[in-house]
Amino acid sequence: MSGNPDNLLYSNSHEWARIEGDVATVGITHFAQEALCDITYVELPQVGDSVAQHSEFGSIESVKAASDLLSPVDGEVIEVNSALENTPELCNSAPYADGWLIRVKLSGQPEGLMDAAAYEEFCATQSH
Amino acid sequence: MSELRTPLTAWHEAQGAKMAPFAGWLMPIQYEGILAEHQHTRQHAGLFDICHMGEFRIQGAGADVALAAAVSHNLATLAPGKCRYGFLLNAQGGVLDDCIIYRFGPDDFMVVVNAACAASDYATLRERLPEAVQMSDISAETAKLDLQGPDAVDVLEKALGQNFHDLAYFAFRQTNWDGAPLLVSRTGYTGELGFELYLPAAKAEAFWKLLLTDARVKPVGLGARDTLRLEAGLPLYGHELDEKHSPAEAGMGRMLTSTADYVGKAGAQTVRQVLLPLRIEGRRAARNGDILALPGGEAVGAVTSGSFAPSLGCVIAFAWVDAAHADKTDFVVRAARAELAASRTELPFYTEGTARKKLS
Repeated sequence: MSGNPDNLLYSNSHEWARIEGDVATVGITHFAQEALCDITYVELPQVGDSVAQHSEFGSIESVKAASDLLSPVDGEVIEVNSALENTPELCNSAPYADGWLIRVKLSGQPEGLMDAAAYEEFCATQSH
Repeated sequence: MSELRTPLTAWHEAQGAKMAPFAGWLMPIQYEGILAEHQHTRQHAGLFDICHMGEFRIQGAGADVALAAAVSHNLATLAPGKCRYGFLLNAQGGVLDDCIIYRFGPDDFMVVVNAACAASDYATLRERLPEAVQMSDISAETAKLDLQGPDAVDVLEKALGQNFHDLAYFAFRQTNWDGAPLLVSRTGYTGELGFELYLPAAKAEAFWKLLLTDARVKPVGLGARDTLRLEAGLPLYGHELDEKHSPAEAGMGRMLTSTADYVGKAGAQTVRQVLLPLRIEGRRAARNGDILALPGGEAVGAVTSGSFAPSLGCVIAFAWVDAAHADKTDFVVRAARAELAASRTELPFYTEGTARKKLS
């Protein structure tokens, strides 16, 4: 089961971006949440912070592991998902919906991201 | 991939469990999720595949005296039908392994050891025991299933049609199931009421499935086993116990009541570092290997285990601290991504556990 939505773009570090005009919503993929197991903590940037593609913008921790969050896009953070502060498990239960991480005002259209089909092929080459 | 497989590995795979190597074995880390499995064990009953652990049978004339000289357990006060926790030590008093010893008779024992240490434990014990004492590694033919949680006794009684309310904490009983011997031990590694069940490997899958027919029981992986044991304040070999530390340093000094002159006895009470239970501020976890420091910056130890504690809603950890600083209450942990405030707390971290509950 993957269910990666067709309307998103995916990075090889397992984040997704939904581009709507000059705003991108960013989250982690189903593959990422499954690899992490139960997520217990999400560290996010603040509104106004700059993010750069392939650079760290936060971190995520689970019962088993901790990992950096890498931005799939360039721009400025305009909103963060504050629900994750107390309910980080949303990243497990709804990685493409209520478990979103940040919204970014894009400074340019991202390049080098995969569509859902390419990302699924990429995941098939990775082992958890 | 050449990990060892338990009699239940195929069952776990068929269930879609997330599998990972552990101590040379391919083991289930989780089925539906670590947090859900953790909570189910605290509220009802969890069933764990623990077939990877090692079991040795030690028997024959002189076994009592010889084993008492080989391990830290006080065997003089261990009656048949009872089991006891203790240590296999090196000559300096460092911990080679922690193990439970079951007494069947005056000169008849079973030693249950960690999977990662089983081969070296066998060699160490064999060397310490005289030739006249028989020692056999029964690990391969012995399955071990742990049934843990407040509903465990009712589940087991229903499955076997026998009373276990009269079985006291750290007591065991030999019975039968489906024509095979079954050892029921009122022990565990979760802090909850429960049993460790030993039976022939060939019967493991059928008995596992029988227990799971009870709606109160769910399979639980090693992920939740770790959060459960940590909350209960129980040490994990390789983390809170190792060759470089004595049992006394791990807070087990009072347990060392054996009057036998066992290997490592003199060093067993040596204290250079102290194992501290810590509560960490925030939701970010301290992890094994993180440096423990004083608020002023001086490094004074290292974290051995740390996790978000599902039943407590906060982060807890164990850490070694140099004995000179063992009386301090406030520390910082240098985690990979942040410095975390830590304060000394008391054991067990989770105090609502039902493990010692009197049933009769």
